[in-house]
Amino acid sequence: MRYLPLTDADREAMLARIGVASIDDLFVDVPREAWREELADLPRRKGELEIERLLGRMAGRNVAAGSVPFFVGAGAYRHHVPATVDHLIQRSEFLTAYTPYQPEVAQGTLQALFEFQTQVAELTGMEVANASMYDGSTGCGEAVLMAHRVTKREKAVLAGNLHPHYRAVVENLGRMAGHEVSALAPRPEGGEDILSAIDDETSCVVVQSPDVFGNLVDLRPIAKKAHDHGALLIAVFTEVVSLGLVEPPGAQGADIVVGEGQSLGNGLNFGGPYVGLFATRQKFLRQMPGRIAGETVDAEGRRGYVLTLSTREQHIRREKATSNICTNSGLCMLAFTIHMTLLGAEGLGRLARVNHANAVKLAGALDAVAGIEVVNETFFNELTLRVPGNAAALIERLAEEGVLAGVPASRLYPDSGLDDLMIVATTELNTDEDRSTLAAALKEAA
Amino acid sequence: MTMNRQGRQTTPGEGAETVWETFTGNRGLLIEEALSFEYGRLDRTGVDLDEPEDVAPRLGGLQRTSQPNLPGLTEPEAMRHYMRLSQKNYAIDSGVYPLGSCTMKHNPRLNETIARLPGFGDIHPLQPVSTVQGALELIEMCAEWLKVVTGMPAIAMSPKAGAHGELCGMMAIKAALEARGDARSKVIVPDSAHGTNPATAALLGYKVVAVASRDDGTVDPAAVRDKLDEQVAGIMLTNPNTCGLFEPDVIAIAEAVHEAGGYFYCDGANLNAILGRVRPGDLGVDAMHINLHKTFSTPHGGGGPGAGPVVLSEALAPFAPLPWVVSDKDGLGLVEYDGEAGDAQPFGRMTAFHGQMGMFVRAMTWMLSHGSDGMRQAAEDAVLAANYVRACLSDLMSLPFSSRPSMHEVLFDDSFLKGTGVSTLDFAKAMIDEGYHPMTVYFPLVVHGAMLIEPTESESKASLDLFIATLRDLAMAAKRGETGRFEGAPYHAPRRRLDETRAARQPVLRWTPPEATEPEPRAQAAG
Repeated sequence: MRYLPLTDADREAMLARIGVASIDDLFVDVPREAWREELADLPRRKGELEIERLLGRMAGRNVAAGSVPFFVGAGAYRHHVPATVDHLIQRSEFLTAYTPYQPEVAQGTLQALFEFQTQVAELTGMEVANASMYDGSTGCGEAVLMAHRVTKREKAVLAGNLHPHYRAVVENLGRMAGHEVSALAPRPEGGEDILSAIDDETSCVVVQSPDVFGNLVDLRPIAKKAHDHGALLIAVFTEVVSLGLVEPPGAQGADIVVGEGQSLGNGLNFGGPYVGLFATRQKFLRQMPGRIAGETVDAEGRRGYVLTLSTREQHIRREKATSNICTNSGLCMLAFTIHMTLLGAEGLGRLARVNHANAVKLAGALDAVAGIEVVNETFFNELTLRVPGNAAALIERLAEEGVLAGVPASRLYPDSGLDDLMIVATTELNTDEDRSTLAAALKEAA
Repeated sequence: MTMNRQGRQTTPGEGAETVWETFTGNRGLLIEEALSFEYGRLDRTGVDLDEPEDVAPRLGGLQRTSQPNLPGLTEPEAMRHYMRLSQKNYAIDSGVYPLGSCTMKHNPRLNETIARLPGFGDIHPLQPVSTVQGALELIEMCAEWLKVVTGMPAIAMSPKAGAHGELCGMMAIKAALEARGDARSKVIVPDSAHGTNPATAALLGYKVVAVASRDDGTVDPAAVRDKLDEQVAGIMLTNPNTCGLFEPDVIAIAEAVHEAGGYFYCDGANLNAILGRVRPGDLGVDAMHINLHKTFSTPHGGGGPGAGPVVLSEALAPFAPLPWVVSDKDGLGLVEYDGEAGDAQPFGRMTAFHGQMGMFVRAMTWMLSHGSDGMRQAAEDAVLAANYVRACLSDLMSLPFSSRPSMHEVLFDDSFLKGTGVSTLDFAKAMIDEGYHPMTVYFPLVVHGAMLIEPTESESKASLDLFIATLRDLAMAAKRGETGRFEGAPYHAPRRRLDETRAARQPVLRWTPPEATEPEPRAQAAG
């Protein structure tokens, strides 16, 4: 077996050194009734060639986003990732290292974490960020738990236009932990009234911008109302590129900012692995979940980095920890950081402007199609269309014609009467030709 | 062969014994590297993109009013920067990485290649299911193999890492208890457990009841029975446990917990010891997470991403979280909300999408590569390697639990260092100078100065022999009183020992531009 260096002669010699007759003697503590004499009922080992054939065929049965005009978003976005990023994250020293528990031999990972925390704090307009969460949705769940610890209240209010899967994650955690969660109804055209849902028992208000339908939300009045009632504003985003152009949540009064970082450095990967971004105010630092890297010096006075403030974490604090999170999204974090370092503020701003310009052009092209209506007043790179009839069936038909046109709102909000809505995202990867193909296909089908 | 005419033969000359400080602070291949922000520039970028044509913005007046302070690097600068950073990391591909409980085995590159096929890496979680039939097939196949090797009837694929899997399993237990109108308040956790276990139980509002390990490092079923009552939701037991031992009474413990109406959550972090030899399903397990980033070789990536699918018993299967893959007349589909769940009673949703697809592909590739025969052999080699290390070191280093064979990791304590002035930490740091990553230290908490060594199946005998010889040399040096070799260690790493106290007392958690350093608030409290 190509991955196992021991030879049978090695095994014999090692058993002899241990002083046992066979490998079975090392499994004596296994109860006899659980002893498996036979191999599992699964195929035997395979060579690289066979596996490439088998899984290559399986991969070939999927329609890769890059092979068609592609407008699917709603929480994950297809962007161009510079070739450098994947090359660097596949360096063995990054790829095959563990969590940096021995900082003297993990400065590469630790310094990258420190850079990542800085980037996330700058992008979100916050003071501190952690070293990543699993993804945006679980980060959102953790943010609500953190707000409960800060405010010592247990009621979360969720905007109706928060991504429904994020809402489901928060509701599930709330139900399981015995906290109250109230969510407003979705309002695809934006402008929902969340202010009246905030009261003196509210721990936090969770608002996504751009929201799941693509609308931008002015967070400032929400922050003010929340703060007047002693509650926190948790701002959520699923498209981090928007922060290159849109006023960051920190500048609008948010107390915790969480979001999905997949758009930078990371591919679609059918939903994972992704990278959750988590930032907050310095004053709430001690309640923040997850790992944090910090600067210090070594015995010779040279600058270096370590994991720090770990008395918040499960491996030290156990049942009193701020979270149970251990492994996070290390390598996805690194991909994000390298991509962001290549972009810089200059490149990110331009990338965001291209995305927005493409969305404006797309909205113009689709609005011109008879029977199709763009629902949004505002958007960044994603918008919602009202179509004649059932959007899910329409998207299915377009897929058969080789256009992946978007996400039906009914897939995210089943049984909510939103059957005629579809959510359409566009990035720097879409061309004028893609847009006219989509417009023509919609015209044909609608 | 011609001589390099420019070159001269090198011989150590006068002054060769002096180590000169360098002008740059660099030490040959070890190059000091600034933060990217410190030499990037705000007007520079490493990504060429044309400025778009002017459009009337639709941002509702919410444009950014100031740019983020994030300098950019051109591509050659970025490449060199991250390349240099990488050279300051130890990795599995550098050498033995014997972190107990972490299963740092070889990460095959075939897995990376397959995961990057556009049909797996470049598909969107919300594409029409008709366009992702191969992806759903991969998830189904991975799920099926994991069920077979664990002997469990059901699996939840979406959890994103081990601790997330624990959360999923405990939520399933909570949901099952609530469904029978029997909400309970306590969870039993042995004192040798990973910190994630009590943290997970507490997150769900459970009171954690600790059970002390007995003298041989395993859990006594009588001690568990003493804690059991009608308020106990279940037990979270790691098997093989964190002392590297198979719990001999695991079936009796499971039966006792079941008799009391509770469930058995098994922490599957140490599955690598028993893969193909023992099925958790035969031990009375109700839920167990599987760390695909340990046993199934998906790379740790400096701290993730992981994947933590959870296998479930018949009793818990109906409560598995959304979403899951189903087979129907049109092929494979996804159940994404309650209305599609039929008779099942999903407790809710763990994450936005379908789980760590990228990790499923890698784990599936690993499983196919090994097959049923290779997986069993891998587990046996891992156990053999740990016991070999133990046999070769037990005369010099102290074994707190010697009455049972080790599984895939061997636990030492620090009693062999008593009176030497050398601590477990010192010993670990001296290993760095020898070119090894230290073992897991100070965990589990049940022994003093723990050193938990997990060599995995990926080491050759020659590699193990050199590792053993090194540890023997270090142990003898400590006993001889050569404290200098330890107390200042590491001497030869990219950094000497780092001041963690200072990091926690004066937290500097991000770069700030030089002109903005003064007004930045600093936290007061100590870590």
